[in-house]
Amino acid sequence: MSKNNTILELQNVESCYGKIKALRNISCKVGAGEIVTLLGANGAGKSTTLRTISGLTPASAGKIIFMDEDITAKQPHEIVEMGLIHVPEGRRIFKGMTIQENLELGSFTLRDDRERKKRMAHVFDIFPILHERRNRDSAMLSGGEQQMLAMGRAMMTKPRLLLLDEPSMGLAPFLVKEIMRIIIRLNKGGVPILLVEQNAKVALQLANHGYVLETGKIVIQGSTETLRQDESIVKAYLGE
Amino acid sequence: MSTQDIILQQLANGLIMGSFYALVALGYTMVYGIIKLLNFAHGDLYMVGGFVGFLILSAISGVLGESWTAIVCSMVLSMLAVGLLGVIIQRVAYRPMLTAPRLSILITALAVSMILSNGVMSITDGEYLAFNTDLGFDGLDFGNVFISYTQLALVISASVLMFVLYFFVNKTLYGKAMQAIAIDQDACKLMGINVNRIIALTFFIGSSLAAAAGVMAGVYYGSLHFSMGFVIGLKAFTAAVIGGIGSIPGAMLGGLLLGLLEAFGTQIPFIGSEWKDVFSFGLLILLLILKPTGILGKTEIERM
Repeated sequence: MSKNNTILELQNVESCYGKIKALRNISCKVGAGEIVTLLGANGAGKSTTLRTISGLTPASAGKIIFMDEDITAKQPHEIVEMGLIHVPEGRRIFKGMTIQENLELGSFTLRDDRERKKRMAHVFDIFPILHERRNRDSAMLSGGEQQMLAMGRAMMTKPRLLLLDEPSMGLAPFLVKEIMRIIIRLNKGGVPILLVEQNAKVALQLANHGYVLETGKIVIQGSTETLRQDESIVKAYLGE
Repeated sequence: MSTQDIILQQLANGLIMGSFYALVALGYTMVYGIIKLLNFAHGDLYMVGGFVGFLILSAISGVLGESWTAIVCSMVLSMLAVGLLGVIIQRVAYRPMLTAPRLSILITALAVSMILSNGVMSITDGEYLAFNTDLGFDGLDFGNVFISYTQLALVISASVLMFVLYFFVNKTLYGKAMQAIAIDQDACKLMGINVNRIIALTFFIGSSLAAAAGVMAGVYYGSLHFSMGFVIGLKAFTAAVIGGIGSIPGAMLGGLLLGLLEAFGTQIPFIGSEWKDVFSFGLLILLLILKPTGILGKTEIERM
């Protein structure tokens, strides 16, 4: 177990797209069993933060520590092998391949075929709709089903930390609720989650702790209870 | 010869040429599918494969003679060696260019092609090498139609290789990862897939299939020349596009179709075999006008 129960810690992380600095001096933490959310407007750097953690966009400065290990310079596939799983924005499922194939690829790091089958059964248990359609082309799924597939695919690895990027994007309200229920269920199962959401209402309901990003910097942070009462947040993100 | 005999004979000839085209086209299509590169050096890997097979056969013929065993051994070893060469080329020449504009990597591929063909030219002084085997000229004789055991063996080995490849790509996790990289590289990284390793594997398989075809061509024609990769490279590219570039069954189908078309094209009255290239490239142009995605090419389905 980790010191102070910290699963993930970012220390003064910076990241660039070419010459443009996308993240400045980002420091944040995710503790064991927690749901932590990153809030902010479009282009504030929320997705970039997740991409930097999972190694898709390498950090140009600072340190990223996962389970007491420095992962700043690691390759994305090495980070996945450690159990840090990123469900990217837009789901990014493998269209043209079946649902079952998508799930199998989710367990790419796993060598044991029996374990793979067991986990797939577990995923099908949570998402029965995926089982029903397992041999269909994943491109034919609706947005909500695609999100379920993306999350199911992430669960094939037995994550020790999940990064979720906009899981509710483009979904009808009843599906947003469904996805929220699943996030809570995953978290109750012991998986800490770093959640990026445009829908601040949803995010503040789910999370224990939140960070607000503005143009690549963290401007406010605190427990979600305090954040819900923060006037500037209410004005900017909750529209009340 | 009756019309039926001619049809059967040309069917056999077409299938043999088609197998060569298909094997080489597979490498083209796999590399294109995975990193969107038209690897113009691919035909030269076929040529190098023929020469490496020849070297190995000469080296082991003292022990094994020039029998089937020796030929199969040289083919397998040549596949390994050229597969490795393909991986090295990918690592040294292409990987640093992956983020550069498309045109740069295309020009790099042309450069690699020239280095390979000119390299072999200077080693062999531009001479033809006789690829001697003692396979003899036995075969199946159906009256006027004759298929030698060599021809039969070539078609069978090509089919076996293609079947193994098809199984690998569709049934194994590594094969599925290969398909997935063609769809979305970043998402593959997030699955824990070492994308560079799978790309290297793709080059290995593609190059070794080309080498197999090169050794087969050496056995079939009995001679090797440094320029032999050029035309087959173009033909294989044509086959890959006809089948739908990026599609593995497409490359097989495109190769066989092209081989058959050329074989039957030579039978049209007043048109000799010197016109067969016109058929191939004519078909390419026709197809690009009528169905640019190729026979089995996919049209993308997008749903948000």
